[in-house]
Amino acid sequence: MSVSLVIVSHSAKLAEGVVELAAQMAPDVTLVAAGGMDDGGIGTSLEKVLGALGSADRGDGVVVLTDLGSAVMTAESALEFMGHPDTARLASAPLVEGAVAAAVAAQSGAALGTVVKAAETALEPVDDGPAVAAAPSPAVAVTASLTLINPLGLHARPAAVLAGELGALDVDIEINGVDGQSVMLLMTLGAGKGTVLDVSASGPDAQRAVDLVRREVENGFGEL
Amino acid sequence: MAGLGTDWAVAWLRRSAAVVAEHRVELIELDRAIGDGDHGENMDRGYTAILARLDETPPATPGAAFKLAAMTLMSKVGGAAGPLYGTAFLRAATAVGEAGTLDSGLVAAALAAARDGVVARGKAESGDKTMVDAWTPAVDAAAAAAASGAEPSAVLGAAADAAEAGAVATDPLIARKGRASYLAERAIGHRDPGAASSALILRAAADAASDAASGAPSGAAA
Repeated sequence: MSVSLVIVSHSAKLAEGVVELAAQMAPDVTLVAAGGMDDGGIGTSLEKVLGALGSADRGDGVVVLTDLGSAVMTAESALEFMGHPDTARLASAPLVEGAVAAAVAAQSGAALGTVVKAAETALEPVDDGPAVAAAPSPAVAVTASLTLINPLGLHARPAAVLAGELGALDVDIEINGVDGQSVMLLMTLGAGKGTVLDVSASGPDAQRAVDLVRREVENGFGEL
Repeated sequence: MAGLGTDWAVAWLRRSAAVVAEHRVELIELDRAIGDGDHGENMDRGYTAILARLDETPPATPGAAFKLAAMTLMSKVGGAAGPLYGTAFLRAATAVGEAGTLDSGLVAAALAAARDGVVARGKAESGDKTMVDAWTPAVDAAAAAAASGAEPSAVLGAAADAAEAGAVATDPLIARKGRASYLAERAIGHRDPGAASSALILRAAADAASDAASGAPSGAAA
C-alpha cells in the first residue's frame, strides 16, 4: 500500500503525460489523471476531480497536484465538497517536479504528510545548490567513490530507484554534493557512464545506505 | 413576511441562465478586452447545464438548488469562474441549510457566505477588479436592507443595485488578480467580466423574487 496521487490539469494530455512520467519512477503507486473538461476541452472539472479522488484512494491517503490557477481552485473546491477529509491533501508544488518527487516518496512507502512535503520541496534544494547540502558536516561519515558502469548512467529510472530506497533509510547522504534521497537532484547530476560518484553518508543507516548505493552501481542498476 | 422558497431558487437559476445567454456576447467582449475571452461562453455552458439538471433532478429546498448549481458550475464552466461561482453557491447552500423558505436575514446571510466563499477561493480583495467588487457592496446593501426590516425581494433588489454599481466601479481599476493583472494599467477603462456577470446574476435573483412576490409565473425569462 502507498499514498496515491491525483494529477489535475487544464489539459487531459498534460495530466496523462505527468502520470506517465511519474509512473516510470513509481510502478506501484496509484496515479490518476484528472485533466480537461468532461467534453475533452481545456479546463478543469469538479466531477472529474472528485471521481479521481474516489478511484485513487487505496486507504493510505491521496495527494493532489495541480497546474495553474483555476485547477488549484477546482482541487480546493473538491476537497471542500468532500468535507476536507484527513486522507486527501493538496500539495502546493510545481506539477511535473512535484508529481515526480511525490511519486518517488510514495513508492518508498512514505506517509501522506511526507509525500506532500516531497512535492512541495521538489524545487527548493535546486535553488540553494550544493552549498547548502554540504553545510552541516556530520562528525562521522561513511564514504565511497563508485564508478558508473551501465551505459545510461544515473538516468531517471536508477535515480528514482536510488532515491526511493535511500528515502526509506535513516540517513543523511550526499552523492556528488546533492541529496541522495532526492530523485530530482540526482537527475540534475547528469552522471553518465564512467562518472565517479562520491558518496558520503551519516546517521544510523549510513553504512547500509552506502552499501546499497555500491550494490546498485556495481550491478549497473540491473541494466547490464 | 414573504419568505423565498424552492420555487424562487429554481426561478433564479433559470432566469440566470436566460440572462447569461442573452449577455453571452457582451461578457465575451468584456473578457476579450482584458482576459482570455471565454467568460461568456463558459458561463453560458455552465448555466445551460444547470437547466438540464434542474429538469433531471428537481431540488427540494433552496439549499439543494444552490448545491446543484455549485456542483454543475464547478464541473462545466472550466475557467476560474467555475470554482468561484461554484464555491459561492456551495457556501450559500451551507448557510441556508435545510430551510424550506428564506427570510430576509437568511437571504442576506446566504449572500455574505457566498461572497466569503469567493474571497476564500480567489484570494481577491475589494478593489482588485474582480467579482468581489460586485459582491461586497451587494452583501453590505443586503445586510443593511435586512436589518431595516425589508422584505426578501427588497433585500435582493438592494443587493442587485449595489452589485451593478460595484461592477461599473471596476472600470477605472487596475486588476490585481487573474489574467487581467498581467495587463497592468491597460486594464483601465474596461469593466471586469466577473463583476459584470455577478451583477447580472444578482439582478436575476431580485427579479425572480419580485415575480414570486407579484404572483407572476416562476421561471419566466426576462
